[in-house]
Amino acid sequence: MNKVKSLNRKDLLGLKELTLEEIKLILKTAHSMKEVAARPIPKVPTLLGKHIITLFYEASTRTRTSFNMAAKILSANITNIAVASSSIVKGENLIDTIKNLEVMGVDAIIMRHSMAGAPHLAAKHCNISIINAGDGFDEHPTQGLLDIFTMQEKKGSLKNKKVVIVGDILHSRVARSNIWGLTKLGAKVVVVGPPTMIPKDIEEMGAMVSYDLDREIRDADFINMLRIQKERQEKGLFPSIEEYAALYGLNAERMKQAKKDVVVMHPGPINRGVELTSEVADGPYNVILEQVTNGVAVRTALLFLLLGGKNSH
Amino acid sequence: MVKLLIKNGRVIDPASRLDGMRDVLIENGKIKKIGARVRGSGAKVIDAKGLLVLPGLIDMHAHFRDPGRPDKETIASGSRAAALGGFTTVCCMANTEPPIDNPAVVKYIMDKARTEAVINVLPIAAVTKGLAGEQLTEMGLILKEGAVAFSDDGQALMRADVMRRALEYASQFNVPLISHTEDKTLSHGGSMNESALSTAIGLPGIPALAEEIMVARDTMLAKEYGRVHIAHVSSAGSVDLVRRAKRLGAPLTCETCPHYFSLTEEAVREYDTNAKVNPPLKGKRDLQAVIRGLKDGTIDAIATDHAPHNIEAKEVEFNQAAFGLVGLETALSLVLTKLVGPKALTLRQAVEKMTVNPAGILGLNKGSLKPGADADIILVDPKSEWTVEPKAFASKSRNTPFTGWRLKGRVLYTIVGGRIVVRDGKLIV
Repeated sequence: MNKVKSLNRKDLLGLKELTLEEIKLILKTAHSMKEVAARPIPKVPTLLGKHIITLFYEASTRTRTSFNMAAKILSANITNIAVASSSIVKGENLIDTIKNLEVMGVDAIIMRHSMAGAPHLAAKHCNISIINAGDGFDEHPTQGLLDIFTMQEKKGSLKNKKVVIVGDILHSRVARSNIWGLTKLGAKVVVVGPPTMIPKDIEEMGAMVSYDLDREIRDADFINMLRIQKERQEKGLFPSIEEYAALYGLNAERMKQAKKDVVVMHPGPINRGVELTSEVADGPYNVILEQVTNGVAVRTALLFLLLGGKNSH
Repeated sequence: MVKLLIKNGRVIDPASRLDGMRDVLIENGKIKKIGARVRGSGAKVIDAKGLLVLPGLIDMHAHFRDPGRPDKETIASGSRAAALGGFTTVCCMANTEPPIDNPAVVKYIMDKARTEAVINVLPIAAVTKGLAGEQLTEMGLILKEGAVAFSDDGQALMRADVMRRALEYASQFNVPLISHTEDKTLSHGGSMNESALSTAIGLPGIPALAEEIMVARDTMLAKEYGRVHIAHVSSAGSVDLVRRAKRLGAPLTCETCPHYFSLTEEAVREYDTNAKVNPPLKGKRDLQAVIRGLKDGTIDAIATDHAPHNIEAKEVEFNQAAFGLVGLETALSLVLTKLVGPKALTLRQAVEKMTVNPAGILGLNKGSLKPGADADIILVDPKSEWTVEPKAFASKSRNTPFTGWRLKGRVLYTIVGGRIVVRDGKLIV
């Protein structure tokens, strides 16, 4: 484990800019970290003395907790800033917030923000590591990595494997990070959703577009279901939850067409009965909770590679 | 006033079809004489050897943020930026705080322009009260105070019936209505061009159609009800629509801005908020169409849409950042570097689109070097190269996407009504 080289970059902003080698390095390290996390006392001293902040401008349960677990496994100190009770509600701008945290001696900021590019802006204005935990519709790189990690765990190499991503692709950073990562690994990615939720020219990212879920799941190796936000209905992007579930939801009936060894994934939180019926969400092909477990391993690996082996300032 | 004699320069005056080595004599703030060898006894002589002698540029579209936001720009600072950029006349848009939507605010601008501006500043007044798109402003009274056109620029005039009434009503005064073409129902929430790039970087997009649908509407309304000038044309579709409507005889003119022929949406890839502008920068095909439109005359004028914003409005998340960029101090050099250099436009065509054409659209007795005209003249060194450094701007704002660009063409002299305002590239007033 100590022989693994670190990531030669300050920040992790997205899978878009990671090389194939960097992605492979993180995934490989995540395997070791999964083993560490499963130990009776899951703790190594690698990041002892490092200080990590989570700065979340949007709600989160899984991602934030997962990063906390990861930091603690590596013996880092971690502080969670709740935006609602911080100076941000007093009108402090992002750059000032970041600079203030930096001069306190923080080593890394894990950041979630409703606007694309916010972590990029933060990264430009500080010398510490910025880790993107989701920015607008842009990227959610650790989710992408844990999805890929889980897929590889199930089926080995992803070369020429078919991954169907279903739902609101337009507003999904999970979809984008999946596409950037999966296409680099040689997987075949098909996005499926109503045309109102497919962003313009997404083919240029390397994904194919389809509006026919039944056809696409027949030869799918993985089906990654996205959460549909009910507010999108009010904005006129689809007419009703019932119609959405009928056209783009996974239920037991529809799953009969899929391959026997298909893997069903979901980044959570699930709208049961909308994108997934409970029968499917809890069915034999689902790996949804394994994704969550792997999330800790992947984030531990990332913190290790980004912050380990570098001197604290 | 002093007599000035500009000697040995290459004089280009599209209005009088002149392009040649001439001397220009200025007396009492007017152009007295132009000829191959002019004698002016007692005149102060400026040697223009190797320089271009042009009519002072006219910008028919700028935002001076006065009244309301003196931290971003004032009539004084904006006019100084203009002078450095070679503009001797600038029209300032109505979306100030309060807006230029009544005779009193027009008078305020005119008074301030007289006392504080180093160039001619002419207000463009709002079409509707409060730029709200509902009730017409007192156009007749406003024109008496000195406004030169009407526009709700910055706000789209969404109601076709209001646009129709505005065109009908304005037709009695023979002034243009300048249309900010944007269907807000399509652009709402967006912050860049909708494209493969907006998809890839996760920013909410604005489809080109948000502009084009309104260009289509306004060209059709123009044909029926009165003269329209389309502001800041940025897309291939808009250029086509204007071209077709002109062919059908619609009383129509339009402008584009230097950023639409100098930059594509690639400028926002790294979330550079200084390249966030409305309408948003588009693709390569659009940029080429804009250049073709300039070439074939579909696009009549080049305006800056100078939109100053302070750091507070720009050094924030991309979605949060204000739209707009400053343009007065880079416009001419971008025209020379991006259009004249690669021979997309001849020098004369380029000068035309920045002088006599905007003057014609606005009905201003300016933009020409004919004897008797106001002595608004600039001297430009076409070969001199410089690097864009926002710190050196006279504008109060620094929001340019062109930082560090090497550009061709430097304004050495700006003369306004016979008075030297810029000498050797520096403001002297």
